[in-house]
Amino acid sequence: MGSGADSERTLYPYVTGSSVVAIKYKDGILMAADMGGSYGSTLRYKSIERLKPIGKHTLLGASGEISDFQEILRFLDELILNDNMWDDGNSLGPKEVHNYLTRVMYNRRNKFNPLWNSLVIGGVKNGQKYLGMVNMIGINFNDNHVATGLGNHLARPILRDEWNENLTFEEGVKLLEKCMRVLLYRDRSAVNKIQIAKITEEGTTVFPPFSLKTYWEFSAFKNPAASAVGSW
Amino acid sequence: MVKEQANWSPYDNNGGSCVAIAGADYCVIAADTRMSTGYNILTRDYSKICQLADKCVMASSGFQADVNALKKNLYAKHLIYQHQHNKQMSCPAMAQLLSNTLYYKRFFPYYSFNVLGGLDSEGKGCVFTYDAVGSYERVGYSSQGSGSTLIMPFLDNQLKSPSPLLLPAQDAVTPLSEVEAVELVKTVFASAAERDIFTGDKLEIVVLGASGIRREYMDLRKD
Repeated sequence: MGSGADSERTLYPYVTGSSVVAIKYKDGILMAADMGGSYGSTLRYKSIERLKPIGKHTLLGASGEISDFQEILRFLDELILNDNMWDDGNSLGPKEVHNYLTRVMYNRRNKFNPLWNSLVIGGVKNGQKYLGMVNMIGINFNDNHVATGLGNHLARPILRDEWNENLTFEEGVKLLEKCMRVLLYRDRSAVNKIQIAKITEEGTTVFPPFSLKTYWEFSAFKNPAASAVGSW
Repeated sequence: MVKEQANWSPYDNNGGSCVAIAGADYCVIAADTRMSTGYNILTRDYSKICQLADKCVMASSGFQADVNALKKNLYAKHLIYQHQHNKQMSCPAMAQLLSNTLYYKRFFPYYSFNVLGGLDSEGKGCVFTYDAVGSYERVGYSSQGSGSTLIMPFLDNQLKSPSPLLLPAQDAVTPLSEVEAVELVKTVFASAAERDIFTGDKLEIVVLGASGIRREYMDLRKD
């Protein structure tokens, strides 16, 4: 590695996106993320799309460094284009995309030049639902529901309680909204501009952004120290 | 901008425990299915056991991404072996291959802690135990991973294997029957899950015998 390359490594993230939450439901996968882009603790961008369709059968969600995510999208564009050019009627499914991303992320960590993201990969192909994750050092797995960042602390306990295989679309969206609301209340970098996306056998839909109804008048919000008396 | 993140590390420890016990004509390989990072549980159903050859099974804990790369590497090498020799690799051969593969990355190691279990060419149970850089030894039973400090002394106490220093060398395989070995494995994991926060959720047990391979599951603590 040349000395010039040292300064090109990501040693810490600059602009970051917050949690992504995703679940399997009756007909496919549902994913949710807010649209904030934080520059440290500054809310720098307010309209960043972090849920993107990849090819025909895959939906990708990302948290972490936004520029690295956009680079990953360029990799995937090339991957899907090359796959299309075979013109053989075959197309990469979510499993293949997940595997590809796992290799890319692990390869970059091996070069000590990570892509600073946690990626959520969801999709449906040939009636098979698929939901997986990969992070910046290449750890990867599948599950019925996944969440990145603070979502792993705040959303997954809710999902473990309330998720089941046969959720309808409406129930799924309601469950995701519940998770996003908890994140909005407790994740300081979350913003109230949220996108939900769905992917089914029919295709991908990224719904237009919306806001959650919030209620800040809980007594614990107004006087959070009431039951935690201390010397300061 | 203030640096919020600690210095980046290419490694993580995803926890988990692995155990293998060799008997006269069988081998039991077991691992829990929890995958953690720090105090987080990433998933409760991730298999740490993989079958590398007909009579050779590996259980690995440590850094999941490295384990994954290691597995892929071994699968590929084994595929080439099959094409060249038109047979499955024996367990002792796979054991040497695993050691070489780990040592090859001595200065940027695979952070993986493995036990390899199987049947040798005489059909006798065999267990090989490793460190992350490839030191290995054939033993009668072993444990690796986050709960190994709790499990290993328990196995030592229950199995009382002959010292490897004895001359002439004594056979290390355990005197237990297959059923007894499976029962023992269930007990040690239930015990480890009580104290080790990285071990739990579910236990996966693979039994290799003369008649083939069999899988069994048991629930563990989920907290």
